[in-house]
Amino acid sequence: MDTTTFIIEKGTIIVVVFAITMLMAMYSTWAERKVAAFLQDRVGPNRAGWGGLLQPLADGLKLFTKEEFFPNTPNKFLFILGPGIAMSTALITSAVIPWGDKFHIFGKDVVLQATDLDVSILYIFGVLSIGVYGIMIGAWASNNKYSLMSAVRASSQMISYEVAMGLAIISILMMTGSLSLKEITIQQAEMKWNIFYQPLAFVIFLVCSFAETNRTPFDLAECESELIGGYHTEYSSMKMGFYLFAEYANMFISATILSVVFLGGYNYPGMEWAEQNWGVNIANIIAIAVLFAKICFFIFFYMWIRWTIPRFRYDQLMNLGWKILIPLAVLNIILTGIVMVLFN
Amino acid sequence: MSNIVLPAEHRYNKIIQERQNEDGSELAILNLGPTHPATHGIFQNILLMDGERIVEAEPTIGYIHRAFEKIAENRPFYQITPLTDRMNYCSSPINNMAWWMTLEKLLNIEVPKRAQYLRVIVMELARISDHIICNSILGVDTGAYTGFLYVFQYREKIYEIYEEICGARLTTNMGRIGGFERDWSPKAFEKLDAFLEEFPAVWQEFENLFTRNRIFIDRTVNVGAITAEKAMAYGFTGPNLRAAGVDYDVRVAQPYSSYEDFEFDVPVGKSGDTYDRFCVRNAEVWESLKIIRQALEKMPAGNEFTADVPAYHLPPKEDVYQDMEALIYHFKIVMGEVPVPVAEVYHPVEGGNGELGFYLITDGSRTPYRLHFRRPCFIYYQAYPEMIKGSMLSDAIVILSSLNVIAGELDA
Repeated sequence: MDTTTFIIEKGTIIVVVFAITMLMAMYSTWAERKVAAFLQDRVGPNRAGWGGLLQPLADGLKLFTKEEFFPNTPNKFLFILGPGIAMSTALITSAVIPWGDKFHIFGKDVVLQATDLDVSILYIFGVLSIGVYGIMIGAWASNNKYSLMSAVRASSQMISYEVAMGLAIISILMMTGSLSLKEITIQQAEMKWNIFYQPLAFVIFLVCSFAETNRTPFDLAECESELIGGYHTEYSSMKMGFYLFAEYANMFISATILSVVFLGGYNYPGMEWAEQNWGVNIANIIAIAVLFAKICFFIFFYMWIRWTIPRFRYDQLMNLGWKILIPLAVLNIILTGIVMVLFN
Repeated sequence: MSNIVLPAEHRYNKIIQERQNEDGSELAILNLGPTHPATHGIFQNILLMDGERIVEAEPTIGYIHRAFEKIAENRPFYQITPLTDRMNYCSSPINNMAWWMTLEKLLNIEVPKRAQYLRVIVMELARISDHIICNSILGVDTGAYTGFLYVFQYREKIYEIYEEICGARLTTNMGRIGGFERDWSPKAFEKLDAFLEEFPAVWQEFENLFTRNRIFIDRTVNVGAITAEKAMAYGFTGPNLRAAGVDYDVRVAQPYSSYEDFEFDVPVGKSGDTYDRFCVRNAEVWESLKIIRQALEKMPAGNEFTADVPAYHLPPKEDVYQDMEALIYHFKIVMGEVPVPVAEVYHPVEGGNGELGFYLITDGSRTPYRLHFRRPCFIYYQAYPEMIKGSMLSDAIVILSSLNVIAGELDA
């Protein structure tokens, strides 16, 4: 494969993945409102476009045209850097996600993954932990006590839940023996989904992903009834849009990771049969659709939870993280080890 | 950190400077309000915070003080109801009725049974709408928004019933001396029946959403608990006192408007914490529904909606144009020329969130000499700093909304 085709191929995939992430994040805002409306016996947005489908565009336009307000802060650079970090970390995670198997086009195999890193999971964890800097820096630079409290809450929450999340994923890694998401996906073919082998790890990971994406019941960093808006209290215009957008992009990424690591990614029952009978390309299109169906299910699940249950208090959140989730995750690792040794 | 939060001479600044924590951390001042979303109105709390924990609190009131007591001294008696509307605006019919009952006590007017029952119905509806708001906002403040919107539809239905009765929704200005200004329309009864049919299932669903929810229980049990002795010492009444285990209910202790005719329980809590307050209010909604059903059943036939008090009740407009006597009464009532006895009256009712009392002194003139409102919210708010001391910021929000402190009533 020569360099030009390689650049064209990967460039196209990167642009497409980027566009899809943006699009999913945009339409998650629409979906959030529609799901909330559905759960609350309302109609939801229905003015801009059919069923309110143009609502995200209208919102974006509105945010762009709003006045850009700067609080009386000594550090304007950090104030702008905050949402920038939040947004960019939310978008670069999608680079290592295997969106589908391979297409066979122009006599070539095109793999639907921007890059197949050997340490994809480490990469994702690294990027996710940088994400909290966006919140911390922005909130610190806001020069507002509510924002500061939110920054403290967000960082301690992120740190404690990342530990549990990492420990939960270790048991998966013990089974798969690989940090590559592609490898993990391939190993889950033919319904050998990790959720069946590691239900406890799945539950822990799911709970932690709520905390990582700052959503109810773990939305302490931005709970509007206590901290007004938390870290984005002082933000306006598209800088605030970036924070909100980053939250939805994060939600999309978390849903994707959950589907890839635990629900078999793009695998679906009968994939091999479809490949043999309908050809690689059609089987692969179905695979992509299946992956997105799984992602959409998790996104809906996040929203469902958000509009149903109350949020924790700060100390209860810490208790849950350190006293319940982390011991459970460690226990899960031990159990996995024992089972692996016994049954190999 | 911002340095323009408070004037430097506030006593908390001194405490911050004097207190040296071993780990080098500092206390901080946090302004909760006056425009904080969780204050449901406008009141300020200056909190001295140790991280997330509240060390001390200092409430400031008066942000929407409109001097109702003073305004009332310059108004004829029948023009005071609009002022009462604007106190606890979540249950204004109770305030209106309480004011008319105070006047009827002053003037020794016997209200016919049917009008009394109608009053009971509308007061219980108001209590339901008050509790709907309080409990669902408690959900919002803990982060569960859906329950709020879900039951809010039914507050809307209650408002539609008010609309049929008096034409207004929020600030109802309902009733007159002796009863109501006109009979309730058949549509009002229709809507009431529909409400009684649909609402119980919805309220049951709302209860199911919260009362056994683990996160909600964790957030509310033992949060803002107050003992019965302390609550009584502060002068608590209503659901907040009953949650602490004291079964004091004005409707039972000093029945008014024929409450003695109805069978209902007074729900009582144990610990006086936020969860108990929530449960007591939930249970009271069921009791209110029971009372409304009984009132509809026992309602005397006929269409008597007011006592025969031509000197205080505006005559129908047709009569004013054709009838000499009606014209005279109309003139005298509108000009406030009807004599009242010189007296001191106190009349309490069980308001949406406690004992609402009107203390009225007259000197025989067309306006009160002095009128004092016993506003339960004002009394609860005194206990607030003590209740939140040592708790987390999140608890402070939840306690405030479970006390159901309504700014309009607090500041009057």
